[in-house]
Amino acid sequence: MGKIEIPLGPQHPALEEPESFNLLLQGERVAAATVALGYNHRGMEKACESRTYIQNIYLLERICGICSHSHSTCYVQTVEQIAGVRVPERALYIRTLIGELERIHSHLLWLGIAGHEIGFMTLFMCSWKDREVVMDILEMLTGNRVNYGMNTIGGVRRDITPEQAEEVLKALDVLEERTKYYTKVATEEVTIISRLSGVGKLSNEDGLRLGAVGPVLRASGVARDVRKDDPYAAYANLDFKVATDEHADVFGRTVVRVLELMESYKICRQVLKEMPDGSISVKVPGKVPAGEAMSRYEAPRGEDLHYVKANGTDMPERVKVRAPTLANLAAITHMIEGGYLADVPIVIAAIDPCFSCTDRMVKVTDLKTGGEKKFDWDGLRRYSIDFYAKRGVDFRNTSIGKEER
Amino acid sequence: MKSAGRMIPYLISMLVKKPDTVLYPYVHANVPEHFRGALKFDQEKCVGCKLCQRICPTGAIAIEKLENTEEKRFKAVVLMDQCIFCGQCVDSCPRKALENTENFELASLDRKTLKVDI
Repeated sequence: MGKIEIPLGPQHPALEEPESFNLLLQGERVAAATVALGYNHRGMEKACESRTYIQNIYLLERICGICSHSHSTCYVQTVEQIAGVRVPERALYIRTLIGELERIHSHLLWLGIAGHEIGFMTLFMCSWKDREVVMDILEMLTGNRVNYGMNTIGGVRRDITPEQAEEVLKALDVLEERTKYYTKVATEEVTIISRLSGVGKLSNEDGLRLGAVGPVLRASGVARDVRKDDPYAAYANLDFKVATDEHADVFGRTVVRVLELMESYKICRQVLKEMPDGSISVKVPGKVPAGEAMSRYEAPRGEDLHYVKANGTDMPERVKVRAPTLANLAAITHMIEGGYLADVPIVIAAIDPCFSCTDRMVKVTDLKTGGEKKFDWDGLRRYSIDFYAKRGVDFRNTSIGKEER
Repeated sequence: MKSAGRMIPYLISMLVKKPDTVLYPYVHANVPEHFRGALKFDQEKCVGCKLCQRICPTGAIAIEKLENTEEKRFKAVVLMDQCIFCGQCVDSCPRKALENTENFELASLDRKTLKVDI
């Protein structure tokens, strides 16, 4: 049988996010798959170098629209490590609470997306309806639905009042009941079981070899969780289990996420019960002493990693972000290969991808020769100015063209 | 028990319930207390230190001196299309001259109207 190569993406291959996959098909089966990163590079790491530490919190929060608290917490943890700040206990508990509420909203969102991908629109509508409950709670606690802006260097910006805690507990009861219902639906509904079982297999060894993270790895039976392995915030004082599953396929990933939801409710209740009194932040000077640090955070999608290098000024010299999706990309190609073309969207969606968080480069393909080329910043600038000059739009005499020339 | 159509009983029960959505522009949508909406500026309190202007992550706020006033008075010029509603200026203001309101209906068809003096 002949092989044909087809592109999947870059427009919304699975979720509403751009990423390009090249699939080599043999009949209906995928013989080989490659990921072509570089469709949505935003240059955020570079932008961090020209902003102060405080301003970067808000920039990095906008890496991801769903795990915004994860990125900002991971970043402030890194900066606090360099500056040697001791964050008040209460602030750590509040960070943990918001982090867990975010995990709840992210997993409910994923459950809906998974339903959408397999054509089970009822599940999509219902889980997104219930997600509104936790979104409202987050809005009440932080002042915004998506970009919470809860973190600041040295603590958090808002305190939680007893009345708010009461509201959160009420919402948790509702959500827990609904999650129990979804657990029942996910494990008993035959359309879900037969559609997801055996799809996108990732064995225990392969998961570890390819460096998968988060629920993808935990669904392969590896109990790896930064919250347990390298506790940050208040997780060292909390009692919770790391949810794992042995199915090692998309169905297993669904089960792991639903189980994690139940653990998150448990964590939230503990946090609200055990939250100590005291201040919520300490004052940190704008200038951070020279040094470098790295910090890890268990985002809903897996391990998030931030690296910051400080040079003694009020702006960092380098900020490096490794979003969880980047770690899972190697596993994606492995999971797609050998499967059916129709399974590709759900397998991609099953890692809960966040492609815009992942993109780190721009690749230029010459359509005439098919050659690929890498550019540095100045090179790309020169190339674009010449590109437009050939087509009659001359930037060379304007301020854009003159700069750096 | 494994079977198909596990969500059907729930769906039938939903038929007799009120819709979860609201007809937004006709029904007012409520936001919680301390929502980070449009900014409010108090001229009486501002001392013109420009901390907000320096800390703003997007450069959306500028403090300008008012002419023809007896005392030193300032006004805030906010570029609503650049403001990300993070509320850092409110946190940074030493005199609490800035405040977030609950107003979130800020859409406009004309970009010029998004530069506002408050």
